[in-house]
Amino acid sequence: MSDVSDLVLDARGLVKHFPITQGIVFRSKVGAVRAVDGVDLQLRRGETLGIVGESGCGKSTLAKLLVGLERPTSGEIMVRGDDMVRLSGPALRRARRNIQMVMQDPYTSLNPRMTVGDIIGEPYVIHPDAVPRSGRERATQELLDLVGLNPDHINRYPHQFSGGQRQRIGIARALALRPEIIVCDEPVSALDVSIQAQVINLLERLQRELGLSYIFIAHDLSVVRHISDRVSVMYLGKIVETGYHKAIYEQPTHPYTQALLSAVPVPDPRLRGHRDHIVLEGDVPSPANPPSGCRFRTRCWKAQPYCADHEPLLQIRQRAPHPSACHYAEVRDVLHRY
Amino acid sequence: MTDISVGLDPRAPLLHVDDLHVEFRTRDGVAKAVNGASFYLQPGETLAILGESGCGKSVTAQAVMGILDSPPGHVTGGQVLYRGVDLLKLAEKDRRQFRANRIAMIFQDALSALNPVYTVGFQLAELFRKHRGMSRSAAKLKAIELLDQVRIPAAKDRINDYPHQFSGGMRQRVMIAMALALDPEVLIADEPTTALDVTVQAQIMGLLAELQRQRNMGLLLITHDMGVVADVADRISVMYAGKIVEEAPVHDIYARPAHPYTKALLESIPRLDHKGRELNVIRGLPPSLTDIPKGCAFHPRCGYAREICRMDQEPPAYQIAAHRIARCHFIREVLGV
Ligand SMILES: Nc1ncnc2c1ncn2[C@@H]1O[C@H](COP(=O)(O)OP(=O)(O)OP(=O)(O)O)[C@@H](O)[C@H]1O
Ligand SMILES: Nc1ncnc2c1ncn2[C@@H]1O[C@H](COP(=O)(O)OP(=O)(O)OP(=O)(O)O)[C@@H](O)[C@H]1O
Ligand code: SF4
Ligand code: SF4
Ligand SMILES: [Mg+2]
Ligand SMILES: [Mg+2]
Repeated sequence: MSDVSDLVLDARGLVKHFPITQGIVFRSKVGAVRAVDGVDLQLRRGETLGIVGESGCGKSTLAKLLVGLERPTSGEIMVRGDDMVRLSGPALRRARRNIQMVMQDPYTSLNPRMTVGDIIGEPYVIHPDAVPRSGRERATQELLDLVGLNPDHINRYPHQFSGGQRQRIGIARALALRPEIIVCDEPVSALDVSIQAQVINLLERLQRELGLSYIFIAHDLSVVRHISDRVSVMYLGKIVETGYHKAIYEQPTHPYTQALLSAVPVPDPRLRGHRDHIVLEGDVPSPANPPSGCRFRTRCWKAQPYCADHEPLLQIRQRAPHPSACHYAEVRDVLHRY
Repeated sequence: MTDISVGLDPRAPLLHVDDLHVEFRTRDGVAKAVNGASFYLQPGETLAILGESGCGKSVTAQAVMGILDSPPGHVTGGQVLYRGVDLLKLAEKDRRQFRANRIAMIFQDALSALNPVYTVGFQLAELFRKHRGMSRSAAKLKAIELLDQVRIPAAKDRINDYPHQFSGGMRQRVMIAMALALDPEVLIADEPTTALDVTVQAQIMGLLAELQRQRNMGLLLITHDMGVVADVADRISVMYAGKIVEEAPVHDIYARPAHPYTKALLESIPRLDHKGRELNVIRGLPPSLTDIPKGCAFHPRCGYAREICRMDQEPPAYQIAAHRIARCHFIREVLGV
C-alpha cells in the first residue's frame, strides 16, 4: 500500500486565501480569509481518506481546490505526474476528468429543470471525447443501474426522487467520466439514518468494484470512521493530526482531536457518565485573523506561553506515533473501546 | 399568573399527550402527520421523541404548544393534558397565558426565533416587563443574570448586541435563555443542536441538562440523533408515520429493542464493530403521509412482516413491561424470547 506508484493524488502546500475587500468603486484589499493555509495530502489507489473538523475550518474549500473548482493561492496538486494547478486548456480539462466531486445537498445540487439523463450525461457534453454521442444514453442507463436506480427513469426530474435517490444521481454523475478519485463533501449529512446507510454501502461497493479512491468529508465522526482508511483532522485551515483510522480514533494525540472525539455522542447509554468529556470553551476564531503560533491555543486546555510564538509542525513526535501538530502531543484514549 | 391553575391536578402527569391526531388539508390531499401519538412527561425527566425526517415530531410539538400552522393544519382528535387540564379545550387567551408561563419551546434554527431588529437584551427584558410587570431597570438586570446562566461570556457587555452578532452556538444559548425566562415547567427542544458542531452541541446539551436539574423541568427532546438520545434521555418514544411505535426507558431500548423499526434504526448506524462490513439498511422509504399503508404502516419495509401486518387492523400497543410499550404483532420474535 505504501508504494509511491500507488499515489493517485499528491497535494503539497495548498493555500487558499479569499481577499477581504473594502470600498465599492476603488476596491482595496484589507485582509484575507485564510480558508486553507498550507495543507499536504496524499491519496493512494483504492483508499479512503476521511477529513473531519468543525464548520468553517476549510473542508469544502479544500475539496474545491482538489477538483479544480477553485484555484489555489499557492501549492501544487499532482495527479498522474501533472500539476493540475499549472495546467490549462484541454490538458486541464483532461486532468480534471480524473477527479470528480459529490456534493452535500441532494436537494439543491441538481438542476430541477434537467432530466436525470441530462444531469448524469452532462459531463459527456463538457468532455465530448469521453463517450461518442451515440453511446451516451446507454452509458447513462448503465450508470443508473450501477448506483441502484431504475434505468427506465432516465427521463424523470429530480423532484420525482427521494433524498437518498438524488444522492445516488449525484454519485452517478460523478462516475460518468470514469474518474479514479471522487471527492465526497458531506455526501450523507442531509440524509436520514436509514437512507444514509444505503448510500454508504453504495459508495463502498463502488470502491471495491471500480478501484476508486475517495476523499470523504463529513462532520459525523462515526460515519468517517466507518468508511475511512486514514483520517485527517482540520482546524482553521490546517491539518492538525493525520493517521490510520485506528491511530486517530484510539490513540489521538492532538488536544483538538481529543476534544472532538470526546464530544461525539455515543449511541450507547451504558457509557453515560463513564466517558471522558473534554469541553472546549468558546468558538472557533475567525480564519481572517487566526491566533499566532498554534491556532488552537485560544481553546486549548494544554496551551503554554511557548504555543503563542511557535507554530507546531505536523510531524511524528516523541509521544505521538503519527503526525501531530502539537508541541505537547501525547496519546490519550478518549473513546475507551467504543 | 393564570387563573386556570385552579383546575390543575397535582397528581396527574405534568404533560400527557393522549391519542393526538393532526392532519394537513392541502391541495395535494390530506396529509396525516400525527396519527394517535401518546406519551407522558414528568418533572425532572427527559423524554426523547426519536424519528426520521417527516415522521411528525415537529408537528406534535407544535400541537402541544398550540402554534400549529392552521390552516392547513388541524388537530382532529386527542388531548394535550397539563396536570389533567386539556389545553386543546382552553380559550385562545388562556392558552397563550399558559404557554408563556408553563411551557416553552426552543427550535433548531435560533435565528428565526429571535427578532433581528431588537437587541438580545431588549428581547429578554421585554419578557419580564410584559409577563412579570418588572421595571425597565429590574428587567435589564434579570436579562443579564439569565445570559450569565446560559454562559454568555461578558453578558453585561453583550446585552446591546443584535442576534446576528452572535455565533450559532451563542444564539442557541440566547434562545434557551428566552425559553427559560419565565420559569417554565416543561421545555420542548426541537432538534436544538442539529445545526451545530459536535463540540458546540456538547456544550449546549450539557447546559440544558444542568438547567433542567436545577429547575426540575420536564424536557421533551425531539431529535433524530441516536447518539444524543443515549447521552441524555431517561425514556424514548420512537415515532414512525405519526405514531409512537415503541416507548421504553433508554437502557432497555438500546439493549433490547422490541419494535422492528427501532431495531433496524439502531443497526443502521455505523459502529466500531461494524467497520469493514456492510451497514444494515432499512429498505425502501418512509411512507407518504397522504397515503399511509394500512395495517402496520411499517410493513412495506419490515423484515418481520407477515400477512396479518398488511390487514386493516393496525397492531395495538402491547405493554411489555412497566414502562414499555410496542406496537407490533411479533414483539416476542423481535425480542428473541
Ligand atoms: N468564496 C469565498 N469567499 C470568501 N470566504 C470564503 C469563501 N468560501 C469560503 N470562505 C470562508 O472560508 C472558510 C472555510 O469555509 P469552508 O466552506 O471551506 O468550511 P467548511 O469546513 O466546509 O465548513 P462547513 O462544515 O460549514 O461546510 C470560512 O470562514 C468561509 O466563510
Ligand atoms: N405547514 C404545513 N403544511 C403542510 N404540511 C405540513 C406542514 N407542516 C408539516 N407538514 C407535514 O407534516 C409532516 C410531518 O412534519 P414534521 O415537521 O412534524 O416532521 P419532523 O418529524 O419534524 O421531520 P424533521 O426531522 O425533518 O424535522 C410532513 O410530511 C410535512 O410535510
Ligand atoms: S501546541 Fe500548545 S496550544 Fe497547540 S494544541 Fe499543543 S498544547 Fe495546545
Ligand atoms: S406489525 Fe408486522 S410489519 Fe409492523 S413492525 Fe411488527 S412485524 Fe413489522
Ligand atoms: Mg463544507
Ligand atoms: Mg422537525
